[in-house]
Amino acid sequence: MTKVKAVHDAVSRIENGTTVMYGGFGGIGNPPTIIKTILEKGIRDLTLIGNDAGFPHVGIGQLITEKRAKKLIASHIGSNPNAGKLMHDGELEIEFSPQGTLVERMRAGGSGLGGILVDIGIDGLVAENKQKVDVDGKTYLLETPLIADIAIVFAKKADTYGNLIFDKSARNTNPLVAMAGNLTIVEAEEIVPIGELDPEEIVTPGAFVDIVVKSEGVNWKWVWE
Amino acid sequence: MGVGISVRDMIAKRAAEEIEDGMVVNLGIGMPTLVANHLPAHINVMFHAENGVLGTGPTPVKGEEDENLCNAGGLPITVVPGASYFDSTYAFSIIRRGLLDVTILGAFEVSEKGDLANWIVPKKIVSGMGGAIELAQKAKKVIVLMNHVDKKGNPKIVSECTLPLTAKRCVDVIITDMAVIEVSQEGLHLIEVMEPFTVEQVVKSTEAKLIIAEHLT
Repeated sequence: MTKVKAVHDAVSRIENGTTVMYGGFGGIGNPPTIIKTILEKGIRDLTLIGNDAGFPHVGIGQLITEKRAKKLIASHIGSNPNAGKLMHDGELEIEFSPQGTLVERMRAGGSGLGGILVDIGIDGLVAENKQKVDVDGKTYLLETPLIADIAIVFAKKADTYGNLIFDKSARNTNPLVAMAGNLTIVEAEEIVPIGELDPEEIVTPGAFVDIVVKSEGVNWKWVWE
Repeated sequence: MGVGISVRDMIAKRAAEEIEDGMVVNLGIGMPTLVANHLPAHINVMFHAENGVLGTGPTPVKGEEDENLCNAGGLPITVVPGASYFDSTYAFSIIRRGLLDVTILGAFEVSEKGDLANWIVPKKIVSGMGGAIELAQKAKKVIVLMNHVDKKGNPKIVSECTLPLTAKRCVDVIITDMAVIEVSQEGLHLIEVMEPFTVEQVVKSTEAKLIIAEHLT
C-alpha cells in the first residue's frame, strides 16, 4: 500500500472552482511543487484558505498574482501587495479571520467539530454578524469550522502511508491544514518506506493524508534574499 | 517611518527596560524587532514567534541561513538553547492562555483609555489583522512603540480613536520619540520626556489629556 503519486496525477484532482486550503506562513511552508503544477495546468477560480497571501512571486502568492483565485480566506495579506490591489479592484474577494482563530477553525474542521468559541475581536469589526454564546458568565463568538475540497501541505518527511514530520518553522499551519481537506495532498522533501519513521516523532498521522508527492525543492529563500 | 535610525534605537532601548529576566516576549515587525538588540546580557527571555517558535535568536550570519527557520516576518532567524517548534495553534494557545508577558507593537492611534487601533485604515491600509488582535487582547503587558505624531503632524495619542479598534483598553505603556506614557484607570500618565523635548511640547503634540508626573513639574 502506497499513497505516493506523481505530482501531475495528484494535482489533476484540483479543478477550476475548487476550494484549496494551503499550509505555510509568509511563503515558508507553502508546497512549492504543487503550486507550480497548479500554475502550469492553468487552474483558476480557486477559493484559497490559508494564513496569508505569501509574497508576490513566492509560494501561494504566485496564484494570487496570476489571478487564479476568486476568493481568499486569510489573516493577513500585507506581504503581497497584489492581493490588496485585486481586492480593491473587485477581482478578489477576501475574508479576514484573526490568525489564531483561523488556525483553530482549520483544526475544528479537521477534527469534526461544529465550531469554536473565542473572545478574540469581540469588541470590534470581527464580531460583526457573528452569533454570541454565553458560557459561565463570559461571552464568546461562535467561529465556524473550515473544510476544503483539497488541502495542500508541505512536509519535511513522509512515509508511504502519509505519516508526516515537519521542519522547524516550516511546520506552522501545515499540520492543521493536513487535517482539514476532504482530500489531502502532501508534498514532502523526502519520502521514506513505511516503518522508517519513529512513531514518537510523527506529527501528523497518515490517516489524514490521501496522496504524497515528492518535492522538487523549496524556493522561498527569495523571500529574504 | 519618518523616524531616524538613532531615534528608533532610542525608543527600542527604552522599551528594552520594560523586559525582565525569564519573560515570554513577542516583538512585532518594524521598530519592535530592534528591542532585542538592546537587552542587557543578564536578561534572558524567550522570544515568541506566531509562526511556531518559542526561543528565537539573533539573525544568522550570511550564508548560514536555514530556509525552514524564519520569524513571523519571513526573515531568517536562529534559535536559543531551550527553544521549541510547534504548529500555529500552539503559538496562539500561548497568547490566548495569557502566557505572553509582554508584546511590543506599533500603532496608528492609542486612546486615553488605552484603546488600540493598529490594523485597519478603511479604504487605505487593509492588510488584515494577522495576530494583532490576539496579542493586544491577551498579552499581560502591551507596549506600543510609535511616532508621537503622524506624518502630517497630527497627534496619534487621542481622546477617542477614530479608526476601527484592534482591542479596547489593552495598552499599558506608550513609548514615542517624545515621551513615555503609562496607561492607568485614571488616564494617561506622562512619566518621561525624551530629549530634546519639553513637557509643554509633549502636551501640545498629544490630543488626549495627560496627567503629568510630579517629577516633571
